Amino acid sequence: MSFSHRPINPADLFKDAALAALMALILALPLIGFRSVAEGGQLALTTRFDWVGIGVAGVFLGRLVLVYASSFWPPSGANFALAEAVREGMSRYVMALAGMGLLLALLLPFLPFSSRYVIDVATGLLIYIMLGWGLNIVVGLAGLLDLGYVAFYAMGAYSYALLALQFDLSFWICLPLAGLFAGLLGIVLGFPVLRLRGDYLAIVTLGFGEIIRIILLNWYEITGGPDGLSGIPRPSFFGLPFKPTTGEHEISAFHQAFGLEFSGLHRVIFLYYLILCLALITNFFTLRLRKLPLGRAWEALREDEIASRSLGINPRNTKLTAFGIGATFGGLAGAFFATRQGFISPESFTFVESATILAIVVLGGMGSQIGVVVAAALLILLPEFGRELEEFRMLVFGAAMVLIMAWRPRGLLANREPTLRLHRRDRRGGEPR
Amino acid sequence: MSAAHLSGGAPPLLNVEHLSMRFGGLLAVDDLSFQAGAREITAIIGPNGAGKTTVFNCITGFYRPDVGRVTLNTDRGPRYLERLEGFRIARAGVVRTFQNIRLFANMSVLENLLVAQHNHLMRASLFSIAGLLGWCRYRRAEKAAVALACRWLERIGLMDKADWDAGRLAYGDQRRLEIARAMCAQPKLLCLDEPAAGLNPRESMALSELLQSLRDEEGIALLLIEHDMGVVMQISQHIIVLDYGRKIAEGSPRAIRSDAAVIRAYLGENGTQPLPPEVMEDVGQS
Ligand SMILES: Nc1ncnc2c1ncn2[C@@H]1O[C@H](COP(=O)(O)OP(=O)(O)O)[C@@H](O)[C@H]1O
Ligand SMILES: [Mg+2]
Repeated sequence: MSFSHRPINPADLFKDAALAALMALILALPLIGFRSVAEGGQLALTTRFDWVGIGVAGVFLGRLVLVYASSFWPPSGANFALAEAVREGMSRYVMALAGMGLLLALLLPFLPFSSRYVIDVATGLLIYIMLGWGLNIVVGLAGLLDLGYVAFYAMGAYSYALLALQFDLSFWICLPLAGLFAGLLGIVLGFPVLRLRGDYLAIVTLGFGEIIRIILLNWYEITGGPDGLSGIPRPSFFGLPFKPTTGEHEISAFHQAFGLEFSGLHRVIFLYYLILCLALITNFFTLRLRKLPLGRAWEALREDEIASRSLGINPRNTKLTAFGIGATFGGLAGAFFATRQGFISPESFTFVESATILAIVVLGGMGSQIGVVVAAALLILLPEFGRELEEFRMLVFGAAMVLIMAWRPRGLLANREPTLRLHRRDRRGGEPR
Repeated sequence: MSAAHLSGGAPPLLNVEHLSMRFGGLLAVDDLSFQAGAREITAIIGPNGAGKTTVFNCITGFYRPDVGRVTLNTDRGPRYLERLEGFRIARAGVVRTFQNIRLFANMSVLENLLVAQHNHLMRASLFSIAGLLGWCRYRRAEKAAVALACRWLERIGLMDKADWDAGRLAYGDQRRLEIARAMCAQPKLLCLDEPAAGLNPRESMALSELLQSLRDEEGIALLLIEHDMGVVMQISQHIIVLDYGRKIAEGSPRAIRSDAAVIRAYLGENGTQPLPPEVMEDVGQS
């Protein structure tokens, strides 16, 4: 197999690289070149021009290599078959990956390397995976660019906290109610905005997200304003709390019921399995809906709203269901967040959260469920593991994002598998099933 | 108004009365009235910009006409299409295709045909509840929907490409798929906007046959916008000619072929000069 090669003029190549290096120089000189250090109670300026030099040289060489390599890309028509084969192979690989991921997730608390820290990080990751899956319904399937998804997350968290604090309802009653309220908010917010498309929808949902946060911040009597709500009841194991009780006669705590020593880890593990269940429910619900007429209508609306309408699909109601269902899952995740933290405040529901969740969906490949997991793992774990890199953590993180988007502009796993196949997956067309 | 082409005393399937549509200073459709009979192919022809697509957009609910009434006579009485929301018009039995093909490009060919059966399947799935629970009520409906889709795939010769993304199909295949998709929505009236545009002569022939079979075997009515006079003259029962939004002629293919106003519209004002041969062919005079 021969790769086609677009020849490029060496002079152009160098000019391009020099331009990139110049840009790097302009940026690096003030950012890296000068450094303020404390010297005996005073601030002094030191220079690090050697670093700047290394950086600029790196950019120059990197750009040379990148441009030269990209002249071999994209593959020409002859390489189409190769691309197909990669596609086929990859979807099989992805299924294996999903199975292994699920097994790992199920066994995680009992693996030798797992500690409280590992389970905590995994729980946090699963919240984002669940949020990603929820938003994937809205953005990936229905194609509605929602920049205010955090509003529903917040709605779920505050609904849960208020219901549990004010009415003393148990976790298992508050959880579905929180989901319901968030879903209703989704439908209420959806009504006025769903006539808008693309960028306009994005801006308005962004605004709604901020409005909800500002309401939370200012409605002091109910939400506690910037102080937030604390003392949110922790979940119980179907009525059995995780408490170091030592009642002799009656069973009143989880560890007694199972004849265990009390350990703070029990609750952590319970919370982990709780969010794992919630996330998996979100996933299976979505996978199933995608194969139903409703899910196909979402995708059809994403592809072409006018054609969908001409075939009798009601765009408003169909989009509202996507908005409502996505919001419900966001709300459930929010309720879990509230019960896990025991404390919530508007700080947790800023635009950055919306952006992170959206980045997970887009980076994963719109509509891809496994893509969300991979992207969430990258986005949440990379900064976590990157702590040793200290001040360069976010730089590395940003570079990773840029590289991924350059390498796979449509997301990590952007291959869409049809919801229904007539022929078995087979190179030569195959027999009808 | 002549309704002589319609057989019997029954009301026509589609009755368009005094339709007008204005865009700013431009009167795109000007007091247009016509009828389309059941089990007939009615063609709308006219030069580019005559307002043909705009008429379709008014009938299928994409534009709300300024003036006029569009009546679809169904078994359950007349439906006034100009008052219905767009998606309800398909449910009433009028489905269209588009001048620039509008397929769901990233969905498979089969999925395109299933989306067209959305309303029926949605009811069978009890708005997803039966579907989520996997009741056999829904599974049976889905199987029937796939069977219907397969019948159309067979008919348009795309059976072995059923799992391809629709956007990967060749142009002619996309045109036929769009028609099949519209048929899967089980219309009583199918509106086709330039279905032969961009097809080669052989494909045009096959298209003519397909359209005739839709009329004769499926028993539906067709409203056809088309520039290919070969196709129009061969298959339609009734032709309406538009120019600058107005109806300048209407009648059987034979009558239209020799209509002076039609020839003038296609050639400008000096229609008295003898026509160059390729133009004669284009207006169907041979
Ligand atoms: N949405 C619109 N806004 C403004 N003008 C339009 C619009 N749609 C069509 N027109 C104008 O109406 C006239 C008729 O267009 P159209 O119905 O597309 O013609 P045809 O399909 O016969 O070629 C054209 O002059 C076109 O520019
Ligand atoms: Mg047109």
